[in-house]
Amino acid sequence: MAERTITLNIKRQDSPQSASYWQEFEIPYKVDHNVISMLMEIRRNPVTKQGKRVSAPVFHANCLEEVCGACTMVINGRVRQACTALATNLPSPTTLEPMTKFPVIRDLWVDRTSMFESLKRAHSWIPIDGSYDLGAGPRISPDVQQFGYLFSRCMTCGCCLEACPQVNSHSKFMGPAVMGQVYLMSQHPTGKMHEDDRIEGVMGEGGIEDCGNAQNCVEVCPKEIPLTTAIGWVGRKATVKWLRDLFMR
Amino acid sequence: MPGNHIIVGGGLAGLMTAMKLAEQGEKVDLFSIVPVKRSHSVCAQGGINGAVNTKGEGDSPMIHFDDTVYGGDFLANQPPVKGMCEAAPGIIYLFDRMGVMFNRTPEGLLDFRRFGGTKHHRTAFAGATTGQQLLYALDEQVRRYEVAGLIRKFEGWEMTSLVLDESGDCKGIVAIDNRSLEIRAFPGDTTMIATGGPGLIFGRSTQSLVNTGSAASASYQQGATYANGEFIQVHPTAVPGEDKNRLISESIRGEGGRVWTYRDGKPWYFLEEMYPAYGNLVPRDIATRAIFKVIYDMGLGVDGQPLVYLDVSHIDPAILNAKVAGVLEIYEKFVGQDPRKVPMKIFPAMHYSMGGLWCDYNQQTNIKGLFAGGEADYQYHGANRLGANSLLSCIYAGMVAAPVMIDYAKAHSAPTNGTRIYDQEATRQREEFDKIFKMSGTENAFGLWRELGDIMTANVTVVRENDKLKLTDTKLLELKDRFGRIGLSDTGKWANQEVLFVRQLWNMLELARPITLGALNRNESRGAHYKPEFPERNDPDFLKTTMANWSSDGPRFSWEAVDTSLIPLRARRYDVDTSHAKAKAA
Repeated sequence: MAERTITLNIKRQDSPQSASYWQEFEIPYKVDHNVISMLMEIRRNPVTKQGKRVSAPVFHANCLEEVCGACTMVINGRVRQACTALATNLPSPTTLEPMTKFPVIRDLWVDRTSMFESLKRAHSWIPIDGSYDLGAGPRISPDVQQFGYLFSRCMTCGCCLEACPQVNSHSKFMGPAVMGQVYLMSQHPTGKMHEDDRIEGVMGEGGIEDCGNAQNCVEVCPKEIPLTTAIGWVGRKATVKWLRDLFMR
Repeated sequence: MPGNHIIVGGGLAGLMTAMKLAEQGEKVDLFSIVPVKRSHSVCAQGGINGAVNTKGEGDSPMIHFDDTVYGGDFLANQPPVKGMCEAAPGIIYLFDRMGVMFNRTPEGLLDFRRFGGTKHHRTAFAGATTGQQLLYALDEQVRRYEVAGLIRKFEGWEMTSLVLDESGDCKGIVAIDNRSLEIRAFPGDTTMIATGGPGLIFGRSTQSLVNTGSAASASYQQGATYANGEFIQVHPTAVPGEDKNRLISESIRGEGGRVWTYRDGKPWYFLEEMYPAYGNLVPRDIATRAIFKVIYDMGLGVDGQPLVYLDVSHIDPAILNAKVAGVLEIYEKFVGQDPRKVPMKIFPAMHYSMGGLWCDYNQQTNIKGLFAGGEADYQYHGANRLGANSLLSCIYAGMVAAPVMIDYAKAHSAPTNGTRIYDQEATRQREEFDKIFKMSGTENAFGLWRELGDIMTANVTVVRENDKLKLTDTKLLELKDRFGRIGLSDTGKWANQEVLFVRQLWNMLELARPITLGALNRNESRGAHYKPEFPERNDPDFLKTTMANWSSDGPRFSWEAVDTSLIPLRARRYDVDTSHAKAKAA
């Protein structure tokens, strides 16, 4: 009886400028395998299904438990974290591709610097006076915390940008994730004091106006962050601010 | 003139140090293999300790201090631990002010839960993903200083080695870009190693792929003392996997989770029976050994497998969702079962290194200008770390180190002899990489790593036997020999992960020796170090820090006395209550 295997069909690309090509690898099935552990398995003996000795496919991963956001890729046409793509739930062959909305570094590894640049533009931090001891912070209601906490889990994985039709080569749209962070900062009383600054950061070119309400983001977020709530909130705040600025001139 | 500081590692310890430095107007170059937000600190689940005492329990930093020293089986130098516990409430308040969404009480105050090795509720938490929220708060503050031009982040760069001057003082590092493979020297008035633990030496652990201990090992090979390497914490509750053993936080037990297995057809809550005083919240080494005893000595693993149950199915799902959702999510996603309905199946996993680079009470190593902090240092946890003290020690180390690094930079600013020492070290590293590129043998680096992990896990974790430790060191030497016969599958010069891993593997093989031989030399049992041939703690002979220094013949060992000036020694037991309060009353 033949040993059960999984075939991975992987889209490879040797460098940012080179053409992509496909390679197939066959891995013995194990009930505990996920896509990353299978990619690690290939590294021990990188031979294609056809028997050609190659360099092992390059991938970006770290925590292996879906809290770091490193291993985002497109698996069977859907963007997701690779570490939680369990072999028990995958068809054979399974296709692995890098995300399309970010420049490829090599194989399945892409460059998501743009997401971190958006966080800079949005001033996504609480401007504390200093890290010296100032005693306790403000009280926060448990309800506010429970909802705000959901947004604090954003690991900048990029799934929402990959799924968003407004993030593409013709647009400068910053994408949904940063909107969630702008909302989060305002759930803390100190953060709320500087809300205007952040709202301004996500207005203008590439800002909130570019959102087309496709609502793909909430469908693909691995942490089920209520992104559309944040986007709606940011949109309303931006409108009010725009009107206020208009009439304040 | 502001100093220029290098920080290697972008987790909690590294980012805290960076923030503290930048806040004083110092310049910081921060190096991280992955974008700092993806550092292993994100995996910490349960919470951070601080005796804020808002639960009406009469908690205090002194009790926290006693719990920690006792939990560490008296191996830690006591003054730094006291400092850490005294600073803890202020640290928690700071992170609250930075915006961490800590869980709240009905009155809107920070909520605290109970954790292992203590009777007090002093663990502040954000769901069960606290490390993630604390790291993200620092990531945000560091981004603020990045925009202000004070911090430069070199993400995707890995330190290869230190730059030492003729006196042996540290004047910077050499690092390699993991895409272009460019190797470059970086001058620094000070350098801090905050690269976390060496989990990957054990193959599968609860740690992340960056935790090879490579930078600590490189420092050790260049003369930094490695201390108490043999003290490896094996966390009692993890989900075994192909690529890693996934942590199930101690906070599950803090919220009422119960460990059990079947005995005579009935559930046997063995931790509760064996340790009436602390029950399921005994410190990790105690729980792990109990699980090993139940599975291996008594043959009572679930379904004959090396597994026992960790059960929260008796707890209101609403409470679980509010307080530990993130951890239950990990179990659900990887095992496909709902812990709210069925008990989880778990087994212990290598989790943390109490040992690390030796440093003084100011986080400075024996190499002048070189500092260490976070899991990469050895200072705070003695022979066993209490849960929720790691996030604390990482942040405290940054608070302690930053002002000392500033003063050091003022006193020793100019690099000696211009650029010669930097060119020399960069050239040496390029030559090392050229050698790796020429490797054309038959061994595969990842295969050798699997063998390293298997033997370290089998012989240098929960149960240490001298015969097996000697065998392990022999195997390490064999692996080092076979390393020379590695053949590369990837000889490309762009984004070549294999070449980088080959270097990391060498460093893992080097660092595995002080860990293994330190265990061999220590003929007693203390905290996480359990040697059945010597089952008792032996203070007269072994109340001392193991110090290892690299030589080409292997680690050279020496010992340093432990500062026990503040809390007198007493026997460490968790079946009955011998806590600080009782000790004082006696």
